[in-house]
Amino acid sequence: MGEFQVHRVRFFAYVPAGIRCVAHSPRSARLALARTDGALEVYNFAANYFQEKGIPGHETRSTEALCWAAGDRLFGAGLGGDISEYDLEKLRVKYSLDGFGGPIWSMAADPSGTQLAVGCEDGSVKLFQVLPDKIQFERSLDRQKGRVMSLSWHPSGTRIAVGSIDLLRVFDVKSGHAIQRILVDRRLQGLYSRECVVWSVAFLSDGTIVSSDSVGKVQFWDAEKGTLLETHPVSSSAVLCLAVSEEEDSIVVGTSEGAVYQFQLLPVKWGSAESKWVRTKPFQHHTHDVRAVAHSATALISGGLDAQLVIRPLMEKVHGKGYDAALRKFTFPHRRLVSCAKKAGLLLFQFPQHLELWRLGATNSAGKDGDILPVSRAPEHLLQLKSKGPEHICCSCISLCGSWIAYSTASRLHLHRVHLENGSVSVKRVSKVPKLLCSAHQLLCSADSTRLFVASDQGAVHVLKLLEPGGCGHLQTLRPNSGSAEAVYLLAASADGDWLAAAGGDWEINIYSLRHFKPHCTVPAYNCAVTALAIHPVTNNLVITHSDQQVFEFSIPDREYTTWSRKVQQHGLHKGWLERDMPITHITFNPKQPAHILLHDTHMFCILDKSLPLPDDATPLMNQTSLKQLSEKARRGHAHAFKICKKYQPLLFVDLLEEGSLVVVERPLMDIKTQLPPPVQQKKFGT
Amino acid sequence: MVAQQPLRVVRCGGSKLSGARAAFSADAKYLLCASGDYVKVYSTATEECVHILQGHTNLVTGIQLNPQNHMQLYSCSLDGTIKLWDFTDGILIKTFVVGYKLFAFYTLAGSEDSVFIIIPKKNEDSLDSFQLVSVKLPKTPDQEVEAKELSLILDDIGQSPKCTAFGREGEYVASVRGLHLLVYFFKKKKVNRFPLSATSRKGANNYFTCVACHPKEDCIASGHKDGKIRLWRNFNHKREYTFSTLHWHHDVVMDLAFSVEGTSLLSGGVESVLVQWRDGSDCKKEFLPRLGSTIEHISASPDGTFYCTSHTENKITIIHSNLSVSAVIQGLVKGSDVKTGLVVDPRTKALVLNGKPGHLQFYCLQTDKQLYNLDIVQQEYIHQIGLNQVDLVKVAFSAQGSWLATVEQREEKETELELQMKLWNYDEQTQSFTLNTRINNPHEDHVTALCFRDTDELEDGTPTLVTAGNDGRFKVWVLVDDSDSEKQSMGWSCDFVGSYHNYPATNCCFSEDGSLLAVSFEETVTVWNSDTWDLICTFCHPPGRIQNLCFGRLSCSKYLLGTTDNGFLCCWNLLSCALEWSAQLNVMVLQPDSLSENIAAVSRLLEGSDLFVFKPNEPRPFCIQRNVCRERVQWAVFIPRDVPESIGSEKHQWLSRSQLYFLTETQDLLTFSTKSTEERLTPSSKQLAVEESLPMTPFYLLLGKHRHQQRSKENADLGTAVVQSHLAQDSPAIKELLHTPAHVLPSASFLCSIFINSMLISKENKSAGEVVDEVEMDSEKAEDESDEDLELTEMEQDINPTEFLGEITQTKLSKSQEKQLRKIRRMDYSWVAAL
Repeated sequence: MGEFQVHRVRFFAYVPAGIRCVAHSPRSARLALARTDGALEVYNFAANYFQEKGIPGHETRSTEALCWAAGDRLFGAGLGGDISEYDLEKLRVKYSLDGFGGPIWSMAADPSGTQLAVGCEDGSVKLFQVLPDKIQFERSLDRQKGRVMSLSWHPSGTRIAVGSIDLLRVFDVKSGHAIQRILVDRRLQGLYSRECVVWSVAFLSDGTIVSSDSVGKVQFWDAEKGTLLETHPVSSSAVLCLAVSEEEDSIVVGTSEGAVYQFQLLPVKWGSAESKWVRTKPFQHHTHDVRAVAHSATALISGGLDAQLVIRPLMEKVHGKGYDAALRKFTFPHRRLVSCAKKAGLLLFQFPQHLELWRLGATNSAGKDGDILPVSRAPEHLLQLKSKGPEHICCSCISLCGSWIAYSTASRLHLHRVHLENGSVSVKRVSKVPKLLCSAHQLLCSADSTRLFVASDQGAVHVLKLLEPGGCGHLQTLRPNSGSAEAVYLLAASADGDWLAAAGGDWEINIYSLRHFKPHCTVPAYNCAVTALAIHPVTNNLVITHSDQQVFEFSIPDREYTTWSRKVQQHGLHKGWLERDMPITHITFNPKQPAHILLHDTHMFCILDKSLPLPDDATPLMNQTSLKQLSEKARRGHAHAFKICKKYQPLLFVDLLEEGSLVVVERPLMDIKTQLPPPVQQKKFGT
Repeated sequence: MVAQQPLRVVRCGGSKLSGARAAFSADAKYLLCASGDYVKVYSTATEECVHILQGHTNLVTGIQLNPQNHMQLYSCSLDGTIKLWDFTDGILIKTFVVGYKLFAFYTLAGSEDSVFIIIPKKNEDSLDSFQLVSVKLPKTPDQEVEAKELSLILDDIGQSPKCTAFGREGEYVASVRGLHLLVYFFKKKKVNRFPLSATSRKGANNYFTCVACHPKEDCIASGHKDGKIRLWRNFNHKREYTFSTLHWHHDVVMDLAFSVEGTSLLSGGVESVLVQWRDGSDCKKEFLPRLGSTIEHISASPDGTFYCTSHTENKITIIHSNLSVSAVIQGLVKGSDVKTGLVVDPRTKALVLNGKPGHLQFYCLQTDKQLYNLDIVQQEYIHQIGLNQVDLVKVAFSAQGSWLATVEQREEKETELELQMKLWNYDEQTQSFTLNTRINNPHEDHVTALCFRDTDELEDGTPTLVTAGNDGRFKVWVLVDDSDSEKQSMGWSCDFVGSYHNYPATNCCFSEDGSLLAVSFEETVTVWNSDTWDLICTFCHPPGRIQNLCFGRLSCSKYLLGTTDNGFLCCWNLLSCALEWSAQLNVMVLQPDSLSENIAAVSRLLEGSDLFVFKPNEPRPFCIQRNVCRERVQWAVFIPRDVPESIGSEKHQWLSRSQLYFLTETQDLLTFSTKSTEERLTPSSKQLAVEESLPMTPFYLLLGKHRHQQRSKENADLGTAVVQSHLAQDSPAIKELLHTPAHVLPSASFLCSIFINSMLISKENKSAGEVVDEVEMDSEKAEDESDEDLELTEMEQDINPTEFLGEITQTKLSKSQEKQLRKIRRMDYSWVAAL
């Protein structure tokens, strides 16, 4: 596998924001997720839960509710009192509209997707009509006292169940009157609490209302008679969220103790119609509040303040031991947050509000495999760049020589010239960034640091010329022939500066010739999201990884897949490789070993040796330790193309520096947990 | 009595009550439980044993009511038979011979002619493969029929009856073994298998321990080794099954049971807490703590009023459905090790030995009941593995039972030894022992023996106790008066410390008259004068460590006997100070009979223990019983009989006045009997005691009268043969009075005349009564007191004493009754008039 001197970086103090709400769209198999910092992410279930889109956060925006309506339109509302629609093609907020009811706590779309019901602080439930290009206030239902914490439409669209403080109400949509008012008990097993917040409600088609409240119980009510059907004490603290499956035979609830419970509607006896709700499976994957849950056809999805998105498959619903059957936890975005100036040995870390520039440490001693070398020069924090304004940074990059730093927020692009002269750092902002660029979705510097590639909307890539001593000019805009509407989110440039590959939201990869500034060719369409792209510095082969863990190699000069890539497709990848649950987020190459491709995801990094045979399913994928025990000769016979290292976890970034040393950026989960507030106190037996 | 019966070794009660799940009768009036080879029928109201169903020749492994007839009971045993009983009358109805060892037994209401049993595979003793089969019970009128129509249902299942359960209306059967739950559906004839993973990251131990099925819903509850309970639902789907988890127990869930309607689930384990889970919810649980010891079995009564739990300490607790203990049936507590040996309480003639940890149990062998528990250590017992608790190691009673000495020890390591000796005085008023003196560290090392001097014959005798210790000393403790001006008190203090070359003292004993004390030091026996504490002589004839030491009794009191660890039994003559005789015999236990000269010695050769009974003046034993049991005999004791038994055989005459009990290594309490099995059925078990608690219906009046006549005839027949020792207690009137709960008794004035009448002895019986009169004196004296109390209370009712007396004097009175009446007459009843 080759030996490297590894810079094991643990000073990237990134803390992902907690998950505030999720919205699942069964039709498009997508999950929209809002974080506490206002960022929005869209996960595509069909593409192995890949984080397909991301909209950066905003200082003043806090999303309390998300919903899909009118097809694939996504709406969000928050404590700012605004209702916004998100533009998922241009990855920004399309427009916002004031609800005029104070902070908005809840929002739900009616079953046909033509109306939005919004629950406000002042106790009103407002209906908005969803028009093709905007939403319009329609009317308010009868205003009641107490903030509206949660609401749910009856599947027929004629009733709305509303959860408030100590109360549940049922509204008739036509008349706008409250037809049922149900008091919720503040007590649970003799313990009184000050108030009972109904955190979440669900209206089932048979007229049952399910409510979860801050006292810790899940209750089933008859909406017609206003009577309590069943009470399930779940937790000693609040039950914050619930979600119902589409068949309405299963409910998932999340508590502030970090536990998620499933309720199932089970027949009491076989063959009889009588059935009852039974609390079945408990899951404890979170350490903090579970603020959002969703129920897909095959999995329970929960998101908590510990920033984890947990997808727990329902074993009885998935068939076979495939990708779907694995429990997965996403803590980090499926995006690159670190960029590396290979020549200068600098790392640029991207935080929501600022950038940090670090110089890597160095050592002057050598050692054997596995040794920890003493650091002669400690890593150095060179620079902190704070972004101005309330918008969060969406992408950043540093040139290979380390003299240019570019970053972009939702509205504008920033470019800085960095001077590093024997220890002193000076940074100069480039003032005249061309105005035509409103935002960038991805940034990349060319290998010789003379050009900056800016990925933009509608598949366009702008090429900027970087001028010494500190200026830039717009050179060209590259547009695909096909006229895509989706934004470009991945870029790769060749080392010789001739080629640029760009992948967009429609998973089309366009290759441009930089010599002629025109499209060169398009990689044959593959029906899965692209997770990483890179062009080989020697052969100019484009290596593409997809979220279904497939790896392709495309020869740019020949405009076709290479023979190795065809061989891989024919032979098929190892089962263990395909069942990994994280997407490859970065690809790099070793110029000294042209046959090597370095790939990594959150849990491992892998050197793919094209010269070695591919493993079949019978041989173990992870065979590094067993190989070490074999003799040199036997080792060669057993070696295969995948050399996997799981030593560094969780892995945010791996790159190969000039002098053959490897830089590895880790972010231990324990470090993140210490940044979080203390969890709810729970009595554990034996402590 | 039949002469020349061979001497047989029999189990004498005290057998395990918690061997199988107990069953309630349909009206919850009786509790049926397997006890060794028998099935015992207890009354749930009075805790009394009503019947003993005898007939099986091996351990009873399962009992269940006949679902077709609630007055009948099925039982199965390792002897390969299923027996059908009428438990209200204690009659064996039918025996089905299956021919395999039966480990568990199940019946279903739906299937009339077949039952389900668990048998070993291929009838071999490999203890790991068992199968559940259904047996067709043939409907022939014969008493004993062969049931050979077996059909396999589930293969390769667990042996324990707790690991298999039948579901709602017999639609399915669930069985657990290892990490698998098997469910067999009778209608579809298919098996669903649900595996669990062995362990998880959180250290769960998912091995199944027991299973129970919901009686009304399709729900299976399973218990696991890590204390979890899983409620399985939807298990008719191979994939879409689901379960919820209830977790309170911190250790193995020993048993599970659903209530009759299935609304609550009961679970128990080593915590000795009964947990009631309502509606299968984790949050709605109730507890009944402090049940004493590990719960092994739980069962619920069919009418829903009672639950019962069987415990490892040989106890059955009957619990009302509102989780309050209503009755406790206590058998002989068998701990892991009986350190105190078998001791007889001179006062009650009860067997005394280690009971619950730190307790002393008084066990009445005649009635097979525990009399009471004495808490010696008086510390809370903490259940925890590896925790060293204070242990009761030595017990001795003074001759009249007025003093009790106990030694407890706690050994942390080799060097740390905590010793405590306690002396208890019997308090006549409270009828129990009260702590008199506590002595910390009576010896510096283990106490090896202690004995009282039988001083009651001597006028000047102060109570004296001798302890021998491994520290090379024996100490004499006497009761001294240490009362001061404020308080009068008596306490024990050390009077004399003796040693012999600093050898560890291993045994000590007093001669019968208390004048001599023999103490053995390693290989030497020393004899001391108990008045002056002077060493009189030493014996050390055969080299070998002395293991047992005892004086002869009565006519043989001049002999001292000792056994050595190299296999010698020696008898020294104390008059000549010389060895009288010795025999090579590897004696394990040497036990003198307190009522005769007889001494029993149990020896052990390579395999099997032999019993020798001899008199010290003769080296030849008059009774040899080879191979009394396979295991090593740990302890033996002679227990005096209440009534001497007339034994025909001259050889077995030694058993007439006292009975020899012995305890083996496997904690089996065994005894010798000359009678055959049928004879051992006590008359009480033949009685139809049930009738008395039956409601008075016209049908009863008809039938009951008939039965009554029959019985009186029977009684007349038996009258001559059976020794009527407890005439008064046999009387149905008294029995009814004592056995009926107080709140349903009619007023005392109504009962009075019946009661008094029952006390009178009719003319026919008088002769028989007089025959045993002399021997009975002892027991009657005890009765006197209690009878008097009873009568006194009756006097307080509005009854004219003179009229009452007048009635009685009409009949001829026995001596004792005359005495009583005289006593009554002497009393002052003037206060009655004041009322």
